[in-house]
Amino acid sequence: MSENVLKVENVTMQFGGVVAVDNLNLEVNKGEIVALIGPNGAGKTTAFNVITGVYQPTNGAVWFQGQKIVENHPQGKMRQQYKGEHAGEYTQAISPTPDKVTRLGMARTFQNIRLWKSQTVFDNVLIAKHCRATSNVFSAAFRLNRKEEAAQRENVLELLETVGLADVKDELATSLPYGKQRRLEIARALAAEPQLLLLDEPAAGMNPQETEELTAFIGEIRDRFQLTVFLIEHHMNLVMNISDRIYVLDFGKLIAQGDPAAIQNDKRVIEAYLGVSEDA
Amino acid sequence: MKKTVNKSTWIGLACAAALLVLVIVLENVLDPNKNIMVFAALKKGAVYALVAVSMNLLNGFTGLFSLGQAGFMLLGAYTYAILTIPVSQRDAVYYIYNGSAINFSLPELFGGGAVGLVLGVVIALILGGCVAAVVAWLIGLPVLRLKSDYLAIATLGFGEIIRAVFQWDKLGPVTNGANALKNFPTFSSFNIQNGAGETVLRLSTFTAFLLAGICIAIIVLLINSTYGRAFKAIRDDEVAAEAMGINLSKHKRLAFVISSFFAGVGGGMFAMFANQAQAKTFTTAMTYEILLIVVIGGIGSVSGSCIAAFLYVAASEWWLRFLDAETFIGGVKVPLLRNGFRMVVFSVVIMIVVLFFRRGIMGDKELPDLLRRHRKEGAK
Amino acid sequence: MQYAISILLSGVSLGGQYALIAIGYTMVYGILRLINFAHGDVFMVAGLMMVYLTASLPLAVSIPLVLILTVLLGFIIERAAYKPLREAPRMSVMISAIGVSYLLQNLATYVTGGLPKMYPEIPGISNTITIAGAPTKVVTVVTPILVLVLVVALTQLINHTKVGMAMRAVAKDFETAQLMGIKINAVISVTFIIGSFLAAVGSVLYFTNYQSIVPLSGALPGLRAFVAAVFGGIGSIPGAVVGAFIIGISESVIKGSSWSIFSDAFTFALLIIILVVKPTGLFGEKVTDKV
Repeated sequence: MSENVLKVENVTMQFGGVVAVDNLNLEVNKGEIVALIGPNGAGKTTAFNVITGVYQPTNGAVWFQGQKIVENHPQGKMRQQYKGEHAGEYTQAISPTPDKVTRLGMARTFQNIRLWKSQTVFDNVLIAKHCRATSNVFSAAFRLNRKEEAAQRENVLELLETVGLADVKDELATSLPYGKQRRLEIARALAAEPQLLLLDEPAAGMNPQETEELTAFIGEIRDRFQLTVFLIEHHMNLVMNISDRIYVLDFGKLIAQGDPAAIQNDKRVIEAYLGVSEDA
Repeated sequence: MKKTVNKSTWIGLACAAALLVLVIVLENVLDPNKNIMVFAALKKGAVYALVAVSMNLLNGFTGLFSLGQAGFMLLGAYTYAILTIPVSQRDAVYYIYNGSAINFSLPELFGGGAVGLVLGVVIALILGGCVAAVVAWLIGLPVLRLKSDYLAIATLGFGEIIRAVFQWDKLGPVTNGANALKNFPTFSSFNIQNGAGETVLRLSTFTAFLLAGICIAIIVLLINSTYGRAFKAIRDDEVAAEAMGINLSKHKRLAFVISSFFAGVGGGMFAMFANQAQAKTFTTAMTYEILLIVVIGGIGSVSGSCIAAFLYVAASEWWLRFLDAETFIGGVKVPLLRNGFRMVVFSVVIMIVVLFFRRGIMGDKELPDLLRRHRKEGAK
Repeated sequence: MQYAISILLSGVSLGGQYALIAIGYTMVYGILRLINFAHGDVFMVAGLMMVYLTASLPLAVSIPLVLILTVLLGFIIERAAYKPLREAPRMSVMISAIGVSYLLQNLATYVTGGLPKMYPEIPGISNTITIAGAPTKVVTVVTPILVLVLVVALTQLINHTKVGMAMRAVAKDFETAQLMGIKINAVISVTFIIGSFLAAVGSVLYFTNYQSIVPLSGALPGLRAFVAAVFGGIGSIPGAVVGAFIIGISESVIKGSSWSIFSDAFTFALLIIILVVKPTGLFGEKVTDKV
């Protein structure tokens, strides 16, 4: 039995009367690349936000490396409004802030690139190392952490070389071409030393060639850093090429799961993407 | 890479030392009585430079728009004053309240004399900073959750509350109510006198520069450390910073506390400059003044804040003085010139900077950045 | 009892005057998301203009003239100091507002020579009357009525006219309103004009209660009115009015007690508590950020 790194358990996210994610269950095993796909507005990014602590789910739990990191049950007004399942099964309210989730070993990228605009490529990656620094504000200010700082810089340089951005390390992050910005965002996430990497539409806005490069790149970093990757994507080529397993979400509900071949032939998935004709 | 960092550190230190030497020389060569304006502007400039840099740490580097600076300065100024007024002077200062509730003075505790003075003043300034920092820590938790302009208005309100509290009668034996605290050691106390009471070496301006310089150097070190980088990440994109493992509330609070600490130290130094500490001087207008210095210098530039502080103080206190005096040229009265005109011209200049030179003098660059670019261009 | 009534009366009157200023803050914030720090100073300048105009003109001329000039001032400030920064970060606009406030105060100091100016007696509303045994000025009674009338007129304007509709649209979503062909700049100007007009009316009522006026006279009433606007839920006009009455009455009660030195501190403590506990105020709408 393979060890699961991430387990989303009966998660429902309801905003007012709208159920964005409905009773989602999924698992990501160690070393896998798992994709979450679905039409626009299916609740994929919401699911990501629940996993990374940006949103607190309305009901359900999230487990990371065998530890329950998120749990909630309908509270207050939600108790009446709640439309999902498994009400009453959860009793605790655990909601870590995103930074805590990251320090536990999960790092993400964003659908719309969110680099630190006024910083150089090097600094963007170096800053992500901050959460792994052991120095306190005094030792850092008075340079008592020289060794750590030097090690971090070394480490960042290596990382930039690995991802092929070493030659532009002193450029402003925003001056990079789009594809490299995406790559930099992934490098930044890697600098936080995650076990699980979450990629939110890493190929959005890329042309086929760039997408192909990215596909290879994701595979490479998975092997090199022994990562587990969980990604949201619309580019089916990328998804089908690198995913070990795929989950399909539609209107907040999981409608299919399985390996790429199975998903490609799943009737419900085709319907969700293409729609059902009246006379079919 | 590493070598250049070391090199620029040394150059920076050398420049600072040269500046300090220059100040000593100027102070002892120029006649202080004929150049009162110059030295007052220099001292006030040094104090404002420190306070502006401390505000820049928050507004420019962490992206937290706070307007509580005057309040924290007040805390520092009062702490400094209360701890350093000589015991023998206390009855005279607190005459309305029949003497002070606190009957010791740090410089005297440290045995008086030169050593006592230096130790007492430095420790009192640090404690002033600590009081400001503790208060910042307390109000930081609720207030820092607010978004940009709400944070500004809440901290502004905090400043007003502090001012009211310090003017409260019931605290009179400690704060001297609405009256000024005075007779504590000032910058002039650092002038060295011989046995006959003649001043042999003037160090008052030097002291102001030294104290401000050390504090600013510490802030610069902080900004260039891993914590400073985290602050900048929060400024650039809060959501991304949080997603990269930076604890927002912890780091914002840290920036707020550190900024307030140095504002407190700056407040103590302001009391030393003004020879008194009185709650009513630390108004919102003072915060605005400091904010405008930060804006003129460039939000996110330490050297910009320093340059702007001296320019601002020199312009308002010294160079533009003539605008306030009614002047006659060849028997004709120059129109407009009379009391208050200086500040009108001054605020117009500020509006022009705010509207048309929004990046200020330095933008978000530092002096060494500019020099380096020059050299690069020269090499090409 | 008599004392209590007189405190309550002056509180209601003060509240009404704050309400007129607070509406200006709340409308501008609703549309531009800007704390117009200069608004309190516009209010002060209106008071000073009254002083200077009545010195040479009869009241019947000077009062309308003050209203017109104040409106003009508000309009010019927006065009000169805020419009150029429309695309700039919000912080820059706020700094510009602080700069304008600084300029107006310094200008006022220059013009008045820093001396307090006697505010003119306005026959009719400066007179003293007695209500339930408590002596007070007519203005105390006039204020709440006038506020009510103006607020009703304003809500009618906002809810039932084309300009009002445009204002509501801009307040809801700046960019979309612009894309839908609403003339943003015209709407913003109207907002400033209304705000300044109400501030001018407020200034006539407010300063009648005081002997004199100094360049800093606008700062604190301005801040208090802003607190009122936040209290009521910034962006909401009824909220600003209710908030202003609450602030006005509590200020008058505290000023009448032995804690009078803390009246401003109380106002700001209230502000901080509201911001922390319920940042949307009494009637404000919830805004959510998208990740």
